[in-house]
Amino acid sequence: MSDDAVGVLPVAAPDLGPRTAVGPSLQPTLAELSRPGRGGHKIPHPPADALAGIPARHRRATPPALPELNELEVVRHFVNLSHLNYGIDTGFYPLGSCTMKYNPKLNEWAARLPGFAALHPLAPDAVAQGTLELLWETEQWLAEISGMRAVTLQPAAGAQGELTGILMVRAYHEARGDHERREVIVPDSSHGTNPATASMAGFTTVTVPSAADGGVDLAALQAALGPQTAAVMLTNPSTLGLFEARVVELLEAVHAVGALAYMDGANLNAVLGKFRPGEAGFDVMHFNVHKTFSTPHGGGGPGAGPVGVGEKLRPYLPGPLVVRDPDGAFRLERAGERPTSIGRVRAYQGSAGVFVRAYAYLRAHGGSGLVEVSEDAVLAANYLKARLRGTYEIPYDRPCKHEFVASGEALKTATGVRTLDVAKRLIDKGFHPPTIYFPHIVEECLLIEPTETESVETLDAFAEAMLAIAAEAHEDPELVRSAPHTAPVRRLDEATAARQPDLHWRAMTGVETPCPT
Amino acid sequence: MPYGPHTGDDRARMLGALALTSVEPLFADIPAAVRAHGLDLPGPLPELELAQRLEALAARNRTDLASFLGAGVYRHYLPPVVDQMLLRGEFYTAYTPYQPEISQGTLQTIYEYQSLLAELTGLDVVSASHYDGAAATAEAALMTVRATHRPRVLVSRAVHRHYVETTRTYFRGAALALDELPTRDDGTTDLTALERELADPARPVGGVVMGQPNAFGLLEPMAEAARLAHAAGALLVAVVEPVSLAVLAPPGAYGADIAAGEGQPLGIPPQYGGPYLGVLACTQALVRQIPGRLVGATTDTEGRRAFVMTLRAREQDIRRERAASNICTNQALCALAATVYLATIGPHGLRDVAASGAARARRLEDALTAAGAPRLHSAPYLNEFAISVPDAARVHEALLARGVLAGLPLGTWYPDDPLLREALLVCATEVTTDEEIRRFGEALGEILAADAEAEAAAAPAGPGQLAPQGARA
Repeated sequence: MSDDAVGVLPVAAPDLGPRTAVGPSLQPTLAELSRPGRGGHKIPHPPADALAGIPARHRRATPPALPELNELEVVRHFVNLSHLNYGIDTGFYPLGSCTMKYNPKLNEWAARLPGFAALHPLAPDAVAQGTLELLWETEQWLAEISGMRAVTLQPAAGAQGELTGILMVRAYHEARGDHERREVIVPDSSHGTNPATASMAGFTTVTVPSAADGGVDLAALQAALGPQTAAVMLTNPSTLGLFEARVVELLEAVHAVGALAYMDGANLNAVLGKFRPGEAGFDVMHFNVHKTFSTPHGGGGPGAGPVGVGEKLRPYLPGPLVVRDPDGAFRLERAGERPTSIGRVRAYQGSAGVFVRAYAYLRAHGGSGLVEVSEDAVLAANYLKARLRGTYEIPYDRPCKHEFVASGEALKTATGVRTLDVAKRLIDKGFHPPTIYFPHIVEECLLIEPTETESVETLDAFAEAMLAIAAEAHEDPELVRSAPHTAPVRRLDEATAARQPDLHWRAMTGVETPCPT
Repeated sequence: MPYGPHTGDDRARMLGALALTSVEPLFADIPAAVRAHGLDLPGPLPELELAQRLEALAARNRTDLASFLGAGVYRHYLPPVVDQMLLRGEFYTAYTPYQPEISQGTLQTIYEYQSLLAELTGLDVVSASHYDGAAATAEAALMTVRATHRPRVLVSRAVHRHYVETTRTYFRGAALALDELPTRDDGTTDLTALERELADPARPVGGVVMGQPNAFGLLEPMAEAARLAHAAGALLVAVVEPVSLAVLAPPGAYGADIAAGEGQPLGIPPQYGGPYLGVLACTQALVRQIPGRLVGATTDTEGRRAFVMTLRAREQDIRRERAASNICTNQALCALAATVYLATIGPHGLRDVAASGAARARRLEDALTAAGAPRLHSAPYLNEFAISVPDAARVHEALLARGVLAGLPLGTWYPDDPLLREALLVCATEVTTDEEIRRFGEALGEILAADAEAEAAAAPAGPGQLAPQGARA
């Protein structure tokens, strides 16, 4: 061990509460665990003159102060941190609009096959035929599922898919010399990404209200539509878990003014084989493969947000697309092959590693299995809704799709216990809370999505917990208001976190010595 | 259905609770005109057959080549501990940590990731992750426009082509100007041109984007670029490769306001394009401009240190059309990979990785020079450089036939540049072996010698004749 000690200085961990032999206890940070001189020998030491070719002006003045740990400490650190987390593998995760279904283990295995994992993204087509075929086939499957004419796998997430779609809409109107379309219309129940996407793509957002039945207010939409409208972004089924009953009329109204219809595919899990957006008249949609097609959410990502388009937008798809040549060989489009393309939205061709998993999911189910996915997801949501009715209000009480909205407004009025408290109390009962306070149009809202992979016993246990919490709210409201009681930590001081942001440990106190130029 | 739990009895029980005998009425709200009836797709595959199909597809990729291909994505030794931690279901099957009480694992690892990258970049604020290096660069360019209210950004021609193209796409929407800076003969950005563009009062510049190392693997005069940018009221974006920051001056030290880059080299396999890790970091002054999630330390009601997503008023689910970006899903699991990798490899290990790549690249340069393909540029490099090869695309193909993946033919990125059309961009890392370098040098030497011979043989035919196709190795 000839190296000078450069790791962060040992820092005492703050009070983290009791350490337990079994069960979760809070963890010191890597910086607090670091001791100079620790660490493994993973790769051979380079020759002493390895950096002789690098002029001093480009060199780092002081080595980075990264933590120094041995491998066992690293393993215990992350294993113990994992115990502080709740995943689908831990328990029921009925987070509405997120489709927290089971993440099959075969898919993880497949993505790690060296043939897939070690392939460089700029490898020549001839040595990438396996992945290219998989990507091409995935594009075909998504096109059939959506009723769209063509699909790009490039966007890295749903929001990037939205941006891709709306930039294509922009290119379409511009190519027609139609420069006055400056507005994108979204319903008030839409995901926040929709208006944020419209802004990023240079459009003004116009919000239209929902009708009393939870669908888009057709009259309000018609009033908002005009020659200035570039597109309307709809989520169908909506974020209330309701199928847009007036979808035919809505699409007619959108197209009548020359605008295009965008479908946010976040809720596709409800309608596989039941509703094909492209066939119905939507011009463009994105998929969330980390929702509908079971690729893991990863604690916030990665996902993938492929985009399907109809004939109108096909020329504008970002490149490169995967092409199958007449001889059966697969290749990526070459630079400049499709000059109408909006260009790239990221480097290389897309998150192929995510699509290995999605492909495995698609093939495991086949067309018939995908239809069953939606049927079981919708059945589970309606069953759970029936179990909660009477204790929680169901503001839109008609058959829902894969998720439904309940409200704790009456409970709050009666007991002072808010939906937030109900959510936190669910943690004590062993469940991940549903999405709360979204969509914004329902007071004290709970958006509950059970998915098709949860057993009826699990659904029943969750329903019992929800009913028990409502009872507790009447009997001992403080118990609910002060929940969670059994989680690794209690409620957090979010105000101080925002007022005095502490975003890194920064053991180094000084600023790096500027390098001579 | 392969992963569904419901027995016939279960379904009957649920339907019974709804007073139904089939699910059909639950779909009655889909208007008949747009109701689909099934999917025209093959049937399900049993797991065994599916596993065999996946193995067969994977086997059709060739990953046994001696590869010198980098261009933004690099092969590195991946300690098995990294993947074994990623496979913990509590991490990879969790959602975004909106419920901090049961998400401290994810939240603390993001805080640790932010801390590690703050140290590497020498900057104060690190986002919890972006999609990839290209998207992070595009977001960085947009940040400079928001912070300066100037709708124009200069990007060096020697920034990764895909990053420039992605930024161009992002700029389409907001009708912003993205102008390219030329490079000098030595391969670095022409700072005289930068100074000239910055001085144009009619077209004020909000940001300057340069790579360190740049797309040709060369080291740029970043401190000088920062000085010029700041003197003109513009911000500097450094596009960085994180492993290099173990030995190269960090962006914070040379005055960069923002660092963007691809985190793939930190423990993430190439996997033909992703998922990767977009690194985005900035100075404290820009904290309210940075898009994407941020995690901060705080305390719980019992005073224990804990972590939570913070400064969320920048984000789309709160701010909607006034958000800093539309980003929602990010690359959290890839950030976890980087965190485990850095914790495992440590400061000395990371320096060894960077220095080994540099040492092996010098050996590679010697071997290729001896084979008749010297470096194209004269500026210093770390572990990647361009070589001059006549008829580079064809030579690349000939080398592939001999099991050598000879980097990137730069003509694919710069088709209009006669010098770069005759160049290959090659790299070495700590996993590049002496044997691979020897194979590359020998094969290249033979191909070039055969070409020279063929040319000599063809010479008597007189000027203006093309080399015969037989020269193809």
